Amino acid sequence: MFGLKGDWSLDVKDRYFTLEDYCGAEPRWCTGCGDHGILAAVHRVCRDAQVKPEMTVAVSGIGCSSRLPHYMNTYGFHGLHGRALPVACGIKSRRPDLDVWVATGDGDCFSIGCAHWIHAMRYNMDLTMLVFDNGIYGLTKKQTSPTTPLDVPTNTHPSGALLPPLNPLTVTLGVTNISFVAQIVDWNAPLRHEVIRMAHEHKGTSFVRIIQRCPVYVEAIGKALQDEPARMKLLTHENGVELDDSVKRMFPNNAEHDPSDLAAARALAEDDTALPLGILYHNTDAPRYDQMSSAGLDMSVDEKLSGLNKALDQFAI
Amino acid sequence: MTKAATASDTKYLFKRHETWWVKVAVPRTLRERLGYDLRRSLETHDLEQARQSRWAVVDEFRARIEQAQEERSDSPARHVSKPVDIDAAEFEKQSGTRLIHEHIVEVVSDSGEGAQKCGQILGLVSGKMGNGVWTVEIIPAEIQPPARERQGASGIRVRMGAKYVTNMGDEADMVVAFNEQVLYSRIMNGAYKKGTVVLLESMWSEDPEDRIRKQYAEALADFREQGLIVHELPIQKECLKIVKDPRKGKNMFVLGMLCRIYHRDIDKAKGEIAKTFRRKSEKVISTNHELFDAGYRFAAENLDYEFEIHSAEEDRLESAIVVNGNTAAGLGVMAAGIDLVAMYPITPATSASHYLADDFHLTGGFVHQAEDEIAAIGFAIGASYAGKTACTITSGPGMALKTEMIGLAVMAEVPLVIIDVQRGGPSTGLPTKVEQGDLLSCLYGMPGDSPKVVLAASTISECFHFVILARKLAESFRTPVIMLTDANLATGVQPIERPAVTEEWFAPPVDQSAWDKEVSPYDWDETTGLSDRPIPGMRGGEYILTGLAHNRDSKIAYDTASNQEGMDMRSRKLAALAETMRPPEIHGDPAGDLLLVSWGSTVGAIEEAVDLARAEGRQVSSLHLRFLSPLEPGLKEIFSGFKKVLTIELNYSDDPDAPLINAETRRYSQLALVLRAHTLMDVDCWSVVPGHPLSPRTIGEVIDARIDRIEGAEACSA
Ligand SMILES: Cc1ncc(C[n+]2csc(CCOP(=O)(O)OP(=O)(O)O)c2C)c(N)n1
Ligand code: SF4
Ligand SMILES: [Mg+2]
Repeated sequence: MFGLKGDWSLDVKDRYFTLEDYCGAEPRWCTGCGDHGILAAVHRVCRDAQVKPEMTVAVSGIGCSSRLPHYMNTYGFHGLHGRALPVACGIKSRRPDLDVWVATGDGDCFSIGCAHWIHAMRYNMDLTMLVFDNGIYGLTKKQTSPTTPLDVPTNTHPSGALLPPLNPLTVTLGVTNISFVAQIVDWNAPLRHEVIRMAHEHKGTSFVRIIQRCPVYVEAIGKALQDEPARMKLLTHENGVELDDSVKRMFPNNAEHDPSDLAAARALAEDDTALPLGILYHNTDAPRYDQMSSAGLDMSVDEKLSGLNKALDQFAI
Repeated sequence: MTKAATASDTKYLFKRHETWWVKVAVPRTLRERLGYDLRRSLETHDLEQARQSRWAVVDEFRARIEQAQEERSDSPARHVSKPVDIDAAEFEKQSGTRLIHEHIVEVVSDSGEGAQKCGQILGLVSGKMGNGVWTVEIIPAEIQPPARERQGASGIRVRMGAKYVTNMGDEADMVVAFNEQVLYSRIMNGAYKKGTVVLLESMWSEDPEDRIRKQYAEALADFREQGLIVHELPIQKECLKIVKDPRKGKNMFVLGMLCRIYHRDIDKAKGEIAKTFRRKSEKVISTNHELFDAGYRFAAENLDYEFEIHSAEEDRLESAIVVNGNTAAGLGVMAAGIDLVAMYPITPATSASHYLADDFHLTGGFVHQAEDEIAAIGFAIGASYAGKTACTITSGPGMALKTEMIGLAVMAEVPLVIIDVQRGGPSTGLPTKVEQGDLLSCLYGMPGDSPKVVLAASTISECFHFVILARKLAESFRTPVIMLTDANLATGVQPIERPAVTEEWFAPPVDQSAWDKEVSPYDWDETTGLSDRPIPGMRGGEYILTGLAHNRDSKIAYDTASNQEGMDMRSRKLAALAETMRPPEIHGDPAGDLLLVSWGSTVGAIEEAVDLARAEGRQVSSLHLRFLSPLEPGLKEIFSGFKKVLTIELNYSDDPDAPLINAETRRYSQLALVLRAHTLMDVDCWSVVPGHPLSPRTIGEVIDARIDRIEGAEACSA
């Protein structure tokens, strides 16, 4: 490829990467924060896939969760609040060879970055996108986020959030050209790992909403679910996640769901009696914008020179 | 007139390609016959020699001007071209083709009638015939404003000359109008003079509506009263013989007329028509050719205007391309080896991306239309971070949205080319019209200190070359580079020298072999602030780019020393760049009464006005700045050679005579403010926001008025 060393493709299996090879700085999240577990899962998925650290880029916005790139020993881009997706898409657009992760928060993605969220879903570039949804603005100290549940007090709404929370799943499942939509909770390690692994494997934008505990500001949100697992519904399928019975037993509410069934996925997402966990939707055939935007990368300098001359010829006198 | 030469005396002289020339301005009343100026090469590189030999030539030119003046007073005052229906006898004498030095032609219509296409083709054909050309579009903000509205005029101005043309000129000589109302907005803009020939669609005189017939009759009388020479032409009727709805097609008929009037090459015109409709059917092309032929015949049979514009040898380009500034910028993007353009549609920037959408694949590039301007620049920054060359193109409101991202690119030192095609502001402002209102926001519009390179293209050719320069600077200095152009350059069409393409332009941004682990991602050189950057894919270079304050290792660092060092290093890069630059070249003498200082697209009109004023004996020079950040060196010294320094700008400043305005309250124009701070000198400004480019005439008036106020200034000798 233009500008890159041609022999990278020959650089096979002479290196084996351990978990340490993906670990960056010591995480500075609070004790008990759900982010720790998610980071551990990302490290493991990278290790299991043996991706090269120098070929991996973790992109984030701003927020507690967006600190994730600093805790990776890969390349990283810790940019602006709400803008992780455009940057990630830009990276992927002309460097399809890179493995690109996106870490974003509920404020980062669903509020300030809302436009990018919708459009990135539609672009369906090959990104692994993790939304750390703690239902609150953590970094800026407890303001209402779009997903803060009704009546949860925050610093901007001390007597409780005024409006019902946004449902990120129904929104995402309503976007044209989505290809992978999943939901997990940060505290169930096997489910967490399995879904993030599949999200990473998927070619296209994999949207994973992670219900993430922020014990410092909104302990009640996570606790309510942990105390009452019946409020969640585990989705399994041979084309979705397959989990041990031991894991399934943690969820009294269990269902088979075929992830290729979009209508069923939407119905599950809309059901507010039980939070669906697992893979809601998976489509391997959705068009990928990264495959279109990377056109021309293989052109030689000579071809470009003659192309430019051809362009100039049109205007020549 | 004194013939003693001072050290800096270049009166009547100018330099072209190192050779000295004499130039004597022609009085306005004679320009029709003699051109703007008379000029001749003195065939010497030596200034002293030129000073001595100029007087013989100056005297000869003066004699010619006097003779022309006498001849003129012999005959009754003649306009551009005497129409046959006004004075048949007079016409007889001058029938046949007249050789002219230049003409300004306008085509104005309701929006959607294709006046612009008509003028564009006329301009292209003229350029291809070796004439100097400048075209400007007259664009209403709405796509379809109500018909026959004075404000809704849509159209184009084409200035065709024997010599190289650098601006839109003064008043038009000939205008074709599809209805009488749209002429009013142009009249209000001062676009016409006594004697401007108006070829007016006559169908309105037979309109079924009383109101319209009345409007038409009144306007006609009004125009004639104002000294316009109006010919009523049945354009609609003639077109109806060929097409059912002449709203689509009339423009090609008019093009035919104009091509006949100005003896334009028919094959070239038809070739351009075919190219315009290349995506339509053969039938569409042949119908338009038919309309063109009909217009051509109609003019031959019914109009007695025939002009020939020869092309000046000394200004002839070796090999030329005819483009507008946005296409030039698009070609510049391709030539710069840029790989990705991310944009969101905004007038007047969009057409650059339209062009790229057609051709970018020829150099392997891709245009990304993002969901908004923030996403567009974010996307470009992502690609650049990943080692690709990226660019984003927008206009003022888009720049406003991009500020946070530009700040990020500055902070994290991401190379990026940002093209701002300026329009009138603030807010949505004047979407289609020219203004130079973004300078300060580009320089200072981000939170915190945000040093970056800012350049301004002043010609269509620079719209091309500055993209290449911008890319080079962006990479060498690891910084975003803002390149300013404007609506005038964007839509101005001109033949420019065809660039000699080189392989160097396509060099990949960085060598991507392994990175030495010991070297920090911001390994700043203390003296220059420069550093190399690792690119994803380089083993050993892994780092986390952050927009937070960071140290050399790109680790978030809130401590005082790191923050100070980062700021110092980013700022030092500008000083390092300034170190490599030379003082700008003065147009005219390096000393005198008045120095005009400008930037951007005004250069052509300003230099034309300065040449004229100098030829008339004014001690005026001009200085045009291409770099706005860092500024080119030596400004203070240059300014000190003049009694007064005045910026000429197309942005807002308070009129010193306006109510409540005094030395304390007056707000200066943007460059003036920067220069006052930079030089601590009393740089004054003359700036306006007319929504159209400045004409040489307007600037000439400013020069006259200002010089007259300078004590001890040399009076006008002509
Ligand atoms: C343009 C801009 N606006 C506001 C902020 C302040 N800010 C930083 S993070 C944040 C919210 C973070 O919430 P979320 O995305 O949910 O991440 P969390 O901290 O909860 O992980 C805000 C408002 C900013 N950095 N930039
Ligand atoms: S504030 Fe909440 S989200 Fe942020 S690190 Fe602490 S626990 Fe985690
Ligand atoms: Mg949050």
